[in-house]
Amino acid sequence: MAYALQQLINGLTLGAMYGLIAIGYTMVYGIIGMINFAHGDIFMVSAFIAITAFTLLAAADVTSIPLALTFVLIVAIFFTSAYGWAVERTAYRPLRGSTRLAPLISAIGMSIFLQNAVQLTQGARVKPIPPVIEGGVVLWDAPGFTVQIGWSQLLIIVTTVVLMIAFTWMITQTPFGRQQRACEQDRTMASLLGVNVDRTISFTFMLGAALAAVAGVMVTVYYGVVDFFIGFLAGIKAFTAAVLGGIGSLPGAMLGGLLIGLIEAFWAAYLWAEYKDVATFGILCLVLMLRPSGLLGRPEVEKV
Amino acid sequence: MSAVVFAHHGLTPAERLRDAGWIAFVALILGVPLIGLTTVDVGGRLAVDTRFGLLAMAVIAAFGGRLLMRWSLDHLGARKLARQRAATDSGAGRAQQVVNVLGWLALGASVALPLAFSDNRYVVDTATTVLIYVMLGWGLNVVVGLAGLLDLGYVAFYAVGAYSYALLSTQYGWGFWEALPVSGALAAAFGILLGYPILRLRGDYLAIVTLGFGEIIRVILVNWTEFSGGPNGISSIPRPSFFGLEFTRNAPEDGHSFASFFGLEFSAMHRLIFLYYLILVLALLTHVFVSRLRKLPVGRAWEALREDEIACKAMGMNTTNIKLSAFAIGAMLGGFAGVFFAARQGFISPESFTFSESAIILAIVVLGGMGSQMGVVLAATLLVLIPEFGRNFAEYRMLLFGMAMVLIMVWRPGGLLAHREPTLRLSADGKAAKGGA
Amino acid sequence: MSTLLSVRNLTMRFGGLTAIDDLSLEVPAGRITGIIGPNGAGKTTLFNCLTGFYKPTVGTLRLAHPQHGEMRLEKLPSHRVARDAQVVRTFQNIRLFPKMTVLENLIVAQHNVLQRASRFSIAGLFSLPGYRQAERAAVARAATWLERLQLTRFADHAAGDLPYGTQRRIEIARALCVDPVLLCLDEPAAGLNPRESAELNELLLYLCREQGVAILLIEHDMSVVMNVSDHICVINYGRKIAEGAPDAVKNDPHVIKAYLGEDEEEGVMEEYTEERAS
Repeated sequence: MAYALQQLINGLTLGAMYGLIAIGYTMVYGIIGMINFAHGDIFMVSAFIAITAFTLLAAADVTSIPLALTFVLIVAIFFTSAYGWAVERTAYRPLRGSTRLAPLISAIGMSIFLQNAVQLTQGARVKPIPPVIEGGVVLWDAPGFTVQIGWSQLLIIVTTVVLMIAFTWMITQTPFGRQQRACEQDRTMASLLGVNVDRTISFTFMLGAALAAVAGVMVTVYYGVVDFFIGFLAGIKAFTAAVLGGIGSLPGAMLGGLLIGLIEAFWAAYLWAEYKDVATFGILCLVLMLRPSGLLGRPEVEKV
Repeated sequence: MSAVVFAHHGLTPAERLRDAGWIAFVALILGVPLIGLTTVDVGGRLAVDTRFGLLAMAVIAAFGGRLLMRWSLDHLGARKLARQRAATDSGAGRAQQVVNVLGWLALGASVALPLAFSDNRYVVDTATTVLIYVMLGWGLNVVVGLAGLLDLGYVAFYAVGAYSYALLSTQYGWGFWEALPVSGALAAAFGILLGYPILRLRGDYLAIVTLGFGEIIRVILVNWTEFSGGPNGISSIPRPSFFGLEFTRNAPEDGHSFASFFGLEFSAMHRLIFLYYLILVLALLTHVFVSRLRKLPVGRAWEALREDEIACKAMGMNTTNIKLSAFAIGAMLGGFAGVFFAARQGFISPESFTFSESAIILAIVVLGGMGSQMGVVLAATLLVLIPEFGRNFAEYRMLLFGMAMVLIMVWRPGGLLAHREPTLRLSADGKAAKGGA
Repeated sequence: MSTLLSVRNLTMRFGGLTAIDDLSLEVPAGRITGIIGPNGAGKTTLFNCLTGFYKPTVGTLRLAHPQHGEMRLEKLPSHRVARDAQVVRTFQNIRLFPKMTVLENLIVAQHNVLQRASRFSIAGLFSLPGYRQAERAAVARAATWLERLQLTRFADHAAGDLPYGTQRRIEIARALCVDPVLLCLDEPAAGLNPRESAELNELLLYLCREQGVAILLIEHDMSVVMNVSDHICVINYGRKIAEGAPDAVKNDPHVIKAYLGEDEEEGVMEEYTEERAS
C-alpha cells in the first residue's frame, strides 16, 4: 500500500512532465494537422539550456533556490521559444499546403539535425548537475517503507497545475486563444476574418516550445542528468499521451500525460521495469483500436 | 500565351541587408545557448565555457549565407518562371524517357561497378549498403508510396528477417537459400499480425502505432536475452555460399572453396563482390516484382486506396484486404533485406534496428517521390552517400543528413521524381497498350 | 412493376440528432426515382445508410436482387453493398482517384472481377492468357463507357486535373463500370452548366430505358429531376413529406411549404385548417 502510494507520486510527477510536452504536440496537431516530430528535441534543447543556466548560476554563487529557478525558467523559455519559432519557420512553413507526408519528413530531418547539433556543440556525454532541490516531506512512515514526496516532485506537480490553469485561461479567454481556436477550426475562414494565421501558428509553436521548456527545466531539476538523446523517447511518450487523451484536446493531453506517467511508474514497479516502454505502446495500441478518437477527443464521424 | 508580362520585383540592397541582418539576429539568439555557451566537466563538476568567437563566426556565416541564398533564389526563381512559360505537355513524357534512360545507365553502372573497383573494398561495401537501402526503399514504397499507409516502424520487419535468418542458421544450421523464403514469410506473417488490428486507424495514428510496434520489437530484442542474445546480439552468422562453395581461404577437405574451384588465388574481395551481386539480384527481383504488381489489379487498388479510401469502398473493394496485402508484401521485402543484412554482417544486434533506421528508409521513399521506383534509387544513393562524403568531417555527417532532409523537402515537397507513369493507356484504336517500363 | 429496393422504417440518429426519422420508401426496378428536399433534409444520409457507410439505428433495407434474391443492405459492409448487392453510388463532393488517369479510375472500379482473374496476382504476375483476356475485357468495357460519356479523349489524363463537369461524368462512368443493379447518384448535376445537365438527362434516360439500371437520384436541379424522374419522393427533416409523379409533387402544398419556408405560425395554421377540412 505504502509502496503503491509512492508509485502514485512518482507516476504523477512523470506524468506532469509528459503532459506538458504533450500539449505542444496536441496544439500543433490541432492547428496544422501535423506531427511535430522535432518537438521532443525542442524539449531536449531546453534541458541543455537549463543545465547551462544552472551551472552559470552556481558559478555566480547564487544560492537562493527560488531566484535560481525563476531565472532558469525565464532563460529556458525565452531561448526554447526561439527554437520553436525557428523550426516552424524553416522546416514547416514552406511546406504548408503540400502533401501530408512532406512536413513529417522535414520534421524527422529537423529532429535528427537538432540532436546532432546539440551533440556537436554540447558534447555527447551525459551532463550531471548537483541536485538543485533536495529533501522532501515524509507523508507516511509505514512499517518497512517510507512514503515521501520530494520538494522537487511537489514543485513539478504544483507548477504543472498552475500552468494548466493559466493556459486554459489563455486559450478560452484571451484574443490569442480565440484566434488560435479559430485557426484550428478553419484556417481559410479565420484569415478572411482578419486573423493573422501565420503569426498565430508561429505563436502556437512558441507556446508549445515554452511548455516543453518548463518540462525541460523540471527534468533537469528532477533527474539532474541530461543527454542529447532524451528527446526521442520523451517525445514519443508525450505524443502517445496526446493521442491517448485525444489529439487536439488540451485537457486530453494533460490527462494522457498523467496516465502514461502512472502506467509507466506502476508497470516498472510491479511488472518488468525493462519492458515499461512496451507497456506504454501496448496500451496506446489498445486505446486506438477500441477508441480511436482518444479519451477526450471528439469522435469523428466519417464524412462521406 | 498570356499577354500580361509579370515584372519580377527584386529587393533593394537595403532590404536585402535588413533581411540578412534579421536572420543574423535570429542566429545569434539561437546560437547563444548552444554555440556561445557550453558546459565542460572540470574535476567532476560542470563549469561553463564560452565560445563567443565561434558564435560570432556562426552569426556572420548566417548573414552572408542569407544574402547569398536570397540572391541565388531570385535568379533561380526567375529562371524557373521562364522555364514554366516554355514548358509544354510533352515535358512529363520526356522526363519519363530521361528517367528510363538513367535507369538503364544506373543498371549498367551497378553491374560494372565491382569489376571496375575489384580491389577497392570501400567502394564495393558502400555500394552494397546503397543497394540494401534501395531494396528496403522499394519494399516500403509498396506500403507508403503506393498504398499511402504511413509506416514508421518498417525496421521491425527488417529485424524480423535478420533475426529469423540469424536464429535459423546458428541454431538449426539452415543455409542462406533455405532461410531466405522462410524468413520472408515470417516477416510477412508479422506484417499481417500487426496490420490486422491497426489498419482501420487513420493515417497519423497508424504512423504512431507502427512506430510503437518497431520500438516494441527492439525492446524485446534487447531484453529477451535467451532468445535474441540481448544487447550483444547474435554473432558468427554463416555467410551465404556460392552454390555450395564457401568463400574461405582453405578449401574444405572433401571439396572446394570458391577460390580453389575456379582456380583463383584467394581474396577477401571475392566474397564482397559476391555479396554485392547477390543484393543486386535481390534488388532487381524486387524491382521487377513491385513494378509488375503495380500494373496488376492489386497494385492499382493500392494506389486507389492512397487516393481515396471511401471511393474504394464504394467501388466494392475490400479495403482491409488490400491494406493487408500491401503491409504483408512490404514486410516480406523488408524481411528479405534483413536476411541479406544478417548474412552480410555476420553479426546483428538491436542497435541496427532503431527508429532512425525506419526514418531513413521512409525518407528515401518520400524524398524519391512517393511511388517512384527510380526515385528510391536516387534518394537511397543520396542518403547513403551524403554521410559518407561527410565522413571527412566525421561528426558533422548526421547533422548534414538532417539538414539535407529538411532542405530537399522544402525544395521539392513532392520528392525528387514526382512524375507518375500510368499503369496502362488507352491506345488510339481503343484497345489497351501497356504503359512504359 | 416490381420493387427493387424497399426501405422500411429507416431511422438514423447521431447522438441527439435524428437525421432520418422513420422513413419508408419503395424504389421500383428499371425506373428513375428522384429524392428531393431542402438542404440538411437527410438525403445524403439515406444514401450513406443504403450503401453501408452508416449503420442505420433502426429499419430494414431489402433489395430484391435479380440474381441473388433478397439481400439485406443494412447488414452488409460498404464494400459488399457495391460488390455483391451491386448498389453503387457517386458522391456529392466528387471522389475520384485524382492522380490516376481516367482509364485507371474505370479499371479500378472493376477490381473484383480482375482480382479474381489474376488469381491472387499469380496469374497476373506471369501474365497468363486468362488474366490478359480479363484485362482486355475490362479495358473494352471502360472504353465503351468512356465513349458513351464522351470521355475518350481524356482517357490518359490524370482525373484530378480535369474540369468539374468532366469529373462528374467520370464518376458516373466509374460507377457504371461496377455493373450496378441500382445506381445512386448524389447531386450529379451540381456544378454543371445547362448544356451539360441536358446531356446528363439524356444519359440517365438512356441508362434506365436501354440498360435497365434502376436509378436513385438526389438532385436540386429541378430541370433534371422533374424531367427524368418517374417517381419523386420529397424528404424534409428526415421524414417523407410527399411522394408521387413529378407533376403531383410539384403542386403538393407540403412540398411548396418545405421549399418556400413559410414561417411557423402560418404553417401551423395551414395544418390546422387542413385538419378541419378533412
